[in-house]
Amino acid sequence: MSRVTESSLPFSHHLVDLMNATDEELIEIKETLGLGLSLDELHYIRDHYVLSERKATDFELQTFDQTMSEHCGHKTFAGIIDTPEGRINGLLKTYFKSLIDELKPDWCFSVFEDNAGLVDFTDDVTIAIKVETHNHPSAIEPFGGAATGLGGVIRDILGVWANPIANTDVLCFGPLDYPFEKLPPGVKHPSYLFKGVVDGIGSYGNSIGIPTVNGATVFDESYTGNVLVYAGCIGVLPKDQYKRGIKAGDYCVLAGGRTGFDGIHGVTFASLELSEESEDTSRSAVQVANPIEEEKVKRAIKQISDQKLGSGITDIGGGGLSCGVCETADTYGLGVDAYLDRVQLKAEDIAPWEIWISESQERMLMAVPPENLEKVKAIFDAEQVEVTVLGTYNESRHAKIYYQDELVGDLVLESLFNPPKLHRTTNWKPEVMLDPEVPEPEDVGGVLKKLLASYQICSKEKVIRRYDQEVKGQTVVKPLQGWNAGPSDASVIKPLHDNWKGISVASGINPKYGKIDPYWMAASVIDEAIRNSVCVGGRRWALLDNFAWGNPEYEDRLGSLVYACRACYDVAKIYKTPFVSGKDSLYNESPLGPVAPTLLITSLGILPDIRKAITMELKEAGNALYLVGVTKPEIGGSEYLHLRGELGGSVPKLDAETNLKAYHRLLDAMDAGLVRACHDCSEGGLGVAVAEMAFTGGLGVDLDLSKVPVSENMRDDILLFSESNGRLLVEIPVGKITEFETAMEGSAVSCVGVIKSEEKLTVTKDGKPVFEETLEELMGAWKTPLEAKR
Amino acid sequence: MKREDIKVLIMRAPGTNCDLEAVRSFEDFGAKVDLIHTQKVFKDKNLDDYDMIVFPGGFSYGDYVRSGAIWAKECEYRIGPELETFVDSGKPIVGICNGFQQLVEMGYLPGWEGHSLYPEAALGNSTHGYQNRWIRMKYEGKGNCGMLSGLEEGHVIQCPVAHGEGRFILPPEQREELLNKLYDQDMVMFRYVKEDGSYADYDWPENPNGAYHDIAGISNPEGTVLGLMPHPERAYYGYLMPEWTKKGAPEIYGDGFPFFKSIVEYIERKF
Repeated sequence: MSRVTESSLPFSHHLVDLMNATDEELIEIKETLGLGLSLDELHYIRDHYVLSERKATDFELQTFDQTMSEHCGHKTFAGIIDTPEGRINGLLKTYFKSLIDELKPDWCFSVFEDNAGLVDFTDDVTIAIKVETHNHPSAIEPFGGAATGLGGVIRDILGVWANPIANTDVLCFGPLDYPFEKLPPGVKHPSYLFKGVVDGIGSYGNSIGIPTVNGATVFDESYTGNVLVYAGCIGVLPKDQYKRGIKAGDYCVLAGGRTGFDGIHGVTFASLELSEESEDTSRSAVQVANPIEEEKVKRAIKQISDQKLGSGITDIGGGGLSCGVCETADTYGLGVDAYLDRVQLKAEDIAPWEIWISESQERMLMAVPPENLEKVKAIFDAEQVEVTVLGTYNESRHAKIYYQDELVGDLVLESLFNPPKLHRTTNWKPEVMLDPEVPEPEDVGGVLKKLLASYQICSKEKVIRRYDQEVKGQTVVKPLQGWNAGPSDASVIKPLHDNWKGISVASGINPKYGKIDPYWMAASVIDEAIRNSVCVGGRRWALLDNFAWGNPEYEDRLGSLVYACRACYDVAKIYKTPFVSGKDSLYNESPLGPVAPTLLITSLGILPDIRKAITMELKEAGNALYLVGVTKPEIGGSEYLHLRGELGGSVPKLDAETNLKAYHRLLDAMDAGLVRACHDCSEGGLGVAVAEMAFTGGLGVDLDLSKVPVSENMRDDILLFSESNGRLLVEIPVGKITEFETAMEGSAVSCVGVIKSEEKLTVTKDGKPVFEETLEELMGAWKTPLEAKR
Repeated sequence: MKREDIKVLIMRAPGTNCDLEAVRSFEDFGAKVDLIHTQKVFKDKNLDDYDMIVFPGGFSYGDYVRSGAIWAKECEYRIGPELETFVDSGKPIVGICNGFQQLVEMGYLPGWEGHSLYPEAALGNSTHGYQNRWIRMKYEGKGNCGMLSGLEEGHVIQCPVAHGEGRFILPPEQREELLNKLYDQDMVMFRYVKEDGSYADYDWPENPNGAYHDIAGISNPEGTVLGLMPHPERAYYGYLMPEWTKKGAPEIYGDGFPFFKSIVEYIERKF
């Protein structure tokens, strides 16, 4: 007979007999209830109930299923991993949290504690930041998946009482010209996903009135079956409004949208590979977005935060109420009684356990001391937001959940949040890959135009214009620079009306390097995120890590993940840039295989005075163009080799000590007012960078390749398109040259060109012409590809 | 009246999102600004406490019908008479972006024969969908709109647009006739122009949404109700201008400043 039996209660509720259940029976139970738990976890749960000598309820098992999912539990990053270099006792602890203890940054206000990381901005104001992924939902339903992804990360900022002021988005798709006939069943075409995701982010971010200030759009074959959608949010919070102190007797208050069938088993879905059936099996796991609801919630939370009326807060996201309610209670060593029939519903005939784990959007959970309850209710009423008192926190350390006054679940919080540690082993090492022999091109200028027109490098104006970049009137350096809409390296925001201080937001990401060597990929994207911030004058960087990997149960995926984490630790330690928040999204696999190991690094920098911010376009004819950093023949994973149909092996390495010195010297030069423009060399190398600076400023350049600091002699095409790290192009007024060179003393820097009014990019080497192109041609090549695709 | 006595009411509805820029701009002149939720205004019905009303930009109630339509109908229903009294009293009302759509939906713009029961114009789907980009608009008024009399004729303002429905259109069959009416009564306030100051003449992106006759903003015949799609409040300070770094340090104020200065000085003079 089945071990799952109907209970006597007058609604859908089941008892599960786990006493001496065999593995087969456990599997059967798991399938009956549609759980994602592993056998080890089922054993752990069985033993727990054997001790407590009672049957489990479906309700309780669903809760374990949610809290133990990879999505909520982060089992891989918490687990034990054995490698040839020894045992790693938790990737997160070893390579990320440890940096905080070693670097002891006194400006980190609260990190790895809440939904978002908090760093000091002024003496009494902090900046909150968080970046999330919403990949699988976007692969199934691009518009809703992307919109709710953004909605979720905005709630993470509200979830620390902060007021959201800016969004970021990084989107990874398969090639837009991917042949339809090659698509396996169940996989949607990149161009369809592209449109849906962009519209979804736009509709949510614009409607809620938060500017999207930074992002990237990445194209790679490996994303065809499994798109990546990273959404980030930044908020402002006065320190004295940071309230974490739920006490027994405080009310557990739910506010915002109504609860329905949408998003049920979302986290389980996120922790599985995508398959042909995903559309049918998991469509209901994608939530439905209502940005205006969240706009109202945002306004209300701001007032509650200003008046300090709450004692704790979290957003209802992955795992729904089950995670939110149990986590808030457990974090403060408390218990909670919750009454589910008080939840406002948007669907009838929904079972108690479904209410409990539904991931319906735009909901926030707050702890409110009794004396403040009426004030809080009044604020929500004034904003036309529905609010419900779910129950009360208490000392019991149990979460007791009632429905129609019947106890439907009694969870011991210790057991819920101390799952068995995962134990995995990997001996994977990156294989040594070599650069192919590519013949030197006749027409280097033509190659430059092809690079500018590649999906990876070309103008993303079509995407960026869909987002409001300046609502709130705080965007000082915009993602598209000037009337020619050039590609800004980082955005600058002025968060406070009465203070000239600003923040810079930038990112680094590169799947091609990841395919060759995950360690140097991670090192490179960290450098890129920091380098981009330097370009506008940002400093004192805080980093966020967002891993999007394949199924970590495979040794190679797990191995490459370990390599990337090691790089994060090694590099961040030298740059003295602590990670303040992060998120891992694993199981990004489809019938087409895993996504390329993809690490998104977001850098949050500080500008002492936004009036000194630097932008990337050339400013004045006659000024000198300097290159900071050394160019090496590093074309592995470069856009140039990709253009030639190759991947290569010589992925850019990183000399972090040297770069950091150069960055600080350059920042000093900027503060001294010696720098007019600055742009970093990344995809497409020196060639693309100089072209972008020129056509954005509408000024030409005479570039002399023989002046470029190099590690060794190399071909013109390699010199122009190598993607070596740590390189920036800077415009210096003639009168400031000596001052600049003194400021940069000790770093590799050389005057490589002169800016001219003639709208041409003229490249020579030892006096011999290499190529000449008009700015109109170059800008045309750069703007056409995605413009054409409406 | 003195600046510090000027009381501005900025109404917000669920989905309003450019309210704070507007508040900031008026407060910078020392005016007293109340930012109040539309539901509270519906209860208090205290419009006559104010010298001016601003309907800011955003997506009121999600703009799920026509942009501004839901909020407009709600205002008509809840404070219709109070609004009409306010307009008849000659006190200024400004609608920016969603606020412009709102005033058109409420029948206050163009408002040839005063407050109309049905919209006489529309702000339709923009030719290129939702776009956030900077534009140039030229002041076309000849003095009828007192609020803008501080601007010199032909004054060009650079500021952003950010909308999906902002294409100003008139009923096709009477288009030319109605356009003449607009000009006869000096109601055309702003038109989209190119870098050299010449009219965009439907060229995209200079005319960002395909607006009829490149019209970016209009007033009512009395010149007391003003609506425009572009966002001067987002160009109020120098550091918000798109190419301020060309000059090195930003100027204190941007192109949006004269717009608000003119409005505040008008109220100072007039009331």
